[in-house]
Amino acid sequence: MTVSTDQNDSALPGSADTDTFRVKIIPFLDRYGILVVIVLMCAVLWALQPDVFLTWRNITNVFKQTAANGMLSIGMFLVILTAGIDLSVGSVLALGMMTLAVSNAAGVPWPIVLVLSPLMGLTAGFVNGVGITKLRMPHPFIMTLGMLFMARGLANLISGGVPYSGLPDPVRFLGAARIYLGEIDGTRLNLPVVFLFTVGVYFIFWIVLEHTVFGRRVYAIGGNPEAARVSGINVDRTLIVVYSICGLMAGVAGLIMAGRTNSGFPNAGTGMELEAIAAVIIGGASFFGGRGQVLGIFGGVLIMGLIRNGLNLNDVSTFWQQILIGMIIVLAVFIDVLRRDLGTRH
Amino acid sequence: MDDRRGDDRQPLLEAKGVSKYFGAVTALRDVDLSLWPGEVLGVVGDNGAGKSTLMKVLSGLHPPSEGKLYFDGQPVQFSSPRDARDLGIEMVYQDLALAGNMNIAENIYLGREPTRKMLGGLISLFDHRSGLRLAKDHLNNLKIHVKSVEQKVEELSGGQRQAVAIARSIAFQARVVIMDEPTAALAIKEVGKVLDLITGLKDRGISVVIISHRMDDIFYVCDRVMALYHGSNFAASDLADTTRGEVIGWIMGTRENTKTLAHDRVN
Repeated sequence: MTVSTDQNDSALPGSADTDTFRVKIIPFLDRYGILVVIVLMCAVLWALQPDVFLTWRNITNVFKQTAANGMLSIGMFLVILTAGIDLSVGSVLALGMMTLAVSNAAGVPWPIVLVLSPLMGLTAGFVNGVGITKLRMPHPFIMTLGMLFMARGLANLISGGVPYSGLPDPVRFLGAARIYLGEIDGTRLNLPVVFLFTVGVYFIFWIVLEHTVFGRRVYAIGGNPEAARVSGINVDRTLIVVYSICGLMAGVAGLIMAGRTNSGFPNAGTGMELEAIAAVIIGGASFFGGRGQVLGIFGGVLIMGLIRNGLNLNDVSTFWQQILIGMIIVLAVFIDVLRRDLGTRH
Repeated sequence: MDDRRGDDRQPLLEAKGVSKYFGAVTALRDVDLSLWPGEVLGVVGDNGAGKSTLMKVLSGLHPPSEGKLYFDGQPVQFSSPRDARDLGIEMVYQDLALAGNMNIAENIYLGREPTRKMLGGLISLFDHRSGLRLAKDHLNNLKIHVKSVEQKVEELSGGQRQAVAIARSIAFQARVVIMDEPTAALAIKEVGKVLDLITGLKDRGISVVIISHRMDDIFYVCDRVMALYHGSNFAASDLADTTRGEVIGWIMGTRENTKTLAHDRVN
C-alpha cells in the first residue's frame, strides 16, 4: 500500500489539486478506465495481427464466442452486487442445454423446446435463492456449490451422459442466425443476432439496476444488508429474485450455446462460472458487494473475449492462455485496489 | 392545530409491564416507560441493563414476551419495525444502518423510494431527480450542511453520518425517534452539532428517546431521565429535580445522592 501513498503524494502537491484529482479523475477512471484498457488491447492485437484482427469476420466471431459468457456474467454481476456468488451457472447452463436437446430428440414441438432452457435455469436459480434465504445457508457459496453438482448430475442423468446433436432452426436462431447487412469490398457483412440480443439484455439490466427501485435495493443490500433490512426492504425476497434472474441468464446462455453448436453436450459450461466471475471482477465489481456498473461488466466480458481471441490468433497454447488469464484476474483486482486507495480520503 | 400532535394529557408512547426473555435469560422484567408528546427522555443504565432491548421492543424489532405497548392511548402490537414505522416510530441504530456505497439522498429514501410512472403506469421507475431535490430540501430544513446530497455516505465523517441517519428517521412524518447512543462514535467537536439537531427535533414536536452513557448529553438535551438496573425500572425523574451524581448512582444501582460516589467506588 506504500506504492499508492507515494503516487498520491507525488502526484498531488496541493490540497486543491488533491480535490481535483479525487473529484474528477478518479470517477473518470472508475467509469471509463475499462474502455481505455479495451482500446489498448485492440491496438496491441491489431499491431500483432494487422491482417486478421480487425476484420469483420474476426470481430463478429469475438462477439459470438463471448455471448454465452456475457449472459452468465450479467447474471453473476447481479449476484455479486448483493455480496453473493453463484458457482452453479456453468452446470445450470449444461442442464438447460440438455433439457432442450433431449426434449427436442423426444419430439417435443420447437416452441416449447425454445423456452425449456431458460425455464430450467430460472427454476435452478429459484431453488438457489430459496436455499440461501429460507434454509439459512451460512454463505451462498454452499448452496450454489451444491447446485453445481446437482445440475451437472441431472444434465448427465437425463442425457445418459452423451451429446445430442441436430436442432431445428427456430431453436438455433438466437445462437446461430445472422443478419445480412450488405457488402463492402466483396466481404459479406453479417451481423450475428446474438450480438444485438446481448446489447439489448445489457441495456435492460442497466435500466433495471440504475432506474428501478428493485435495482437500487440490490445495491443497498450489497452495501449494508442490515441497513436494507431495517429500512423495511424484504431482503430475502429480493435475493430470491436475484438468484432466479442469475439462473435464468444461465439458461439463456444454454440456449445460445446449443444454437451455436447445433447440439447439446452434458459437459458444456464446465468452469464457465469462473470465467463469468473473472469478467465481473475485471469489469469493476467488488466481492464485498454494492459496487460496479453494467457497462463495466460489458467491458469485462469483452476483455475476456479479446484475451482468448488474441491468444488464439497468435497461436498461444491453451495452457498458456489459462496461466495468462489467471494473471490478468489478479492484476485487474490489484489495479482496482489501487484505484480505491487513491479515491479514499486520508 | 396540527392534528398529528397527540393529546398532552396522555403519553404518546407507553410500555406497561414489559418483560423480555431470550431463552433462559431475562433481559427485561416488568418495565414501564412513558414518553410524553414533545419530550426528550433519556434512558440510562449500565451495560446489560436492558436499554437496547427495551428500545428494540419499542421500535418493533423484538416483540415483548409479556406486557403491552400503547400508542396515543391505544394498545398496539408490532410484528416488525415496519409496523412501528407506520405509526411514526423511527429508530436510529447505533451502527447507523446506512449503505456506504450509496449517496446521501438514496440513504434517506431507502425503503421508501420516490418513483415516477412511465408508459401509462406500466413501468415504475426510481425518480432520481425528485429524490435529490427532496433530500436537499429536507437537509436544509434541518440545517444539516453537506457538500452535495450525491456524496456517498462512506465519504462522510461520523457526525455527518449520524446527521444523515437522524434526517432519514424523520423524513416521513415521524412522531417518535428512538436513538441508541447517538454520540458514542463521534469526534468531540461533532457531538454538539448532533445534540443541537436532537434539540431541533423536539422543537418540531417530535418525541425523542435517547440511550446514552454520557451525562453531558443527558443533561444537555433531555427533559426527563429514567434508569434501568438489571432489566427493571430503577428510578426516574424530571431533569430539573436531579443531579449528575444521582443519575450516576442510579446507573450503579444506588439511590443515595452522593456526588462523589462514582469516584469512591473506583478508588
